[in-house]
Amino acid sequence: MNRFTLVWRNLWRKPIRTVFTMLAVLVVFFLFTVLEGLRGALTLSDISDESQERLLTSHKLSLVMLLPVAYQSRIARLSGVEAVSHASWFAGRYQDNPEFAQYPVVAEEYLALNPEIRLSDAHRQAWLENRGGAIVGRPVATQYGWQVGDRVPIRSSIWTRANGSNVWEFEIEGIFDDIDGGVNAGVMLLHYDYFDEARAFSNGTVGWYVSKGDGSLPLEDLMAAIDAEFENSPTETKTNTEAAFAKEYAQQFGNIGLIVTLILTAVVFMILLVTGHTMAQSVRERIHEMGVLKTLGFTSGSIFRLTVLEGLLLVLPVGILAMALGWGGLAFLSGALGALFPAGLGIGTRSVLMGLALMLAISLGSVLPPVIRALRLDIIALLRTA
Amino acid sequence: MAEQLIRLTGVGKSYRKGREVVRVLDGISLEINKGDFVGLMGPSGSGKTTLLNLLGGLDKPTEGVVEVDGRAISALSPGALAKWRSGNIGFVFQFYNLLPVLTAARNVALPLLLTSLPASRRKQHVNTALRLVGLAERASHYPRELSGGQEQRVAIARAIVSDPPILLCDEPTGDLDRATADEIMALLQQLNRDYGKTIVMVTHDPRAASFAHRVLHLDKGELGAAPEATR
Repeated sequence: MNRFTLVWRNLWRKPIRTVFTMLAVLVVFFLFTVLEGLRGALTLSDISDESQERLLTSHKLSLVMLLPVAYQSRIARLSGVEAVSHASWFAGRYQDNPEFAQYPVVAEEYLALNPEIRLSDAHRQAWLENRGGAIVGRPVATQYGWQVGDRVPIRSSIWTRANGSNVWEFEIEGIFDDIDGGVNAGVMLLHYDYFDEARAFSNGTVGWYVSKGDGSLPLEDLMAAIDAEFENSPTETKTNTEAAFAKEYAQQFGNIGLIVTLILTAVVFMILLVTGHTMAQSVRERIHEMGVLKTLGFTSGSIFRLTVLEGLLLVLPVGILAMALGWGGLAFLSGALGALFPAGLGIGTRSVLMGLALMLAISLGSVLPPVIRALRLDIIALLRTA
Repeated sequence: MAEQLIRLTGVGKSYRKGREVVRVLDGISLEINKGDFVGLMGPSGSGKTTLLNLLGGLDKPTEGVVEVDGRAISALSPGALAKWRSGNIGFVFQFYNLLPVLTAARNVALPLLLTSLPASRRKQHVNTALRLVGLAERASHYPRELSGGQEQRVAIARAIVSDPPILLCDEPTGDLDRATADEIMALLQQLNRDYGKTIVMVTHDPRAASFAHRVLHLDKGELGAAPEATR
């Protein structure tokens, strides 16, 4: 028998109540982890440094409107621009799966501008040599079970081929990793030349330009210079950082962060009430026993510590287990829906720390008020409590 | 000559109840020697339990001094008083006050958690105390699995496990039938006679009081004039 035995036995005083409280904690922290992961993925909270330095120039009115391919050389000539390339929205889907991102690009330029894309030399070479080839991010390959060498049909909801078909076939020449888990992780990259020649309309246009400054100008000035170049032309542009663009794109689904935060707050608050009530009830039931312990020579401080430890034991192990299960759940969702969440699903250190802080808040918030109230009473009053 | 262990000098205790001040004890002066077995009798509300609480350091007098073994315990801080209680006083309550989530052995072990004894020594002490009260074979039973008499024996084992010199008993037989009460009283008598425990016992029961060396009568917060030696 030691003090931990006393705490442990008290924790299981009413096993059914304890189990239900632990289940409530399990549910809340499982939900917390999954929702935090979704929130992070949808709001692109962990966007890479490259994304914050790359500039994206699109049509001033909408991303779906196209820009002339000739703009590339005009942007490249601007002072302060180190490199520029372009990409377009292919809007394709594989079989009956949801649409995911495919970009027709100029391969070498695009890879140079996106160093976070890690592709083996052999795959890179194979892709460069095959105009009908494509490379895909690993989450996409995993989700659809694609291997190098597979020929995959992609049905575009925008682009028809000159022969009238909207089904395009590409050969997978490489699978890449995005080391930052950033905006390219769930993308399929195609050759622009092949795409532009084969499409039935809008030849000679691109979706947007990606550029990088040489550091001689602040990014804001460079963005302004690019847009000024095309001011008063039939196709004016809007330039922003790739990170800002990605966030703007994510927000087309609504303010996901706010919605998830509101759900999380409501759930956590409810569980806090339930757990708090349970713990408070458990402490109230033992006020008389606290009097007995004090009679035996236990100080208020030691009883306080024992009760706080009990509160922590009720919440922390289960909460940590729930977060681990939530992590597993996110990994499963990542595998199943990799193309929808190209950056993958997971939670960062900040979310883990926030989860631990919530666990502490729930356990201490529910234990401290009743135990402090009880220990303010003198021994005689405690012993008189039924 | 018997050695004095407890001395109360001019001890009074008042409580404030709303605007009213209730005087529970008034000018109590009392000496109890080592190895004494003192019964405290009196009608309900006469202040018996309050006096016991003052002796055990559970409460502080409004005036006067409570000294135990030459030390004025009424002047100690709550923390120092808790430490002093754990080493000097064993409490036995009318309703046993065992923790229902702990077995008999673990209930008995509770006071030893406040000592620096290693686990093996604590276990020895617990076994000895349970053997002494005749409940060694019930060590792993929970209070709900014990009779009232057995629960009180466990409570007595808990009171003596750290070998305190003083046992304070608040109506230890008040919840027991006659035969079981006699067994408990015989056990207390044995602890007093064979192990030298100084016992102060509050009781309503004249039969229980008859086991004491002397009986003090409290009435309206004052000690009766003639303590009555009964055994």
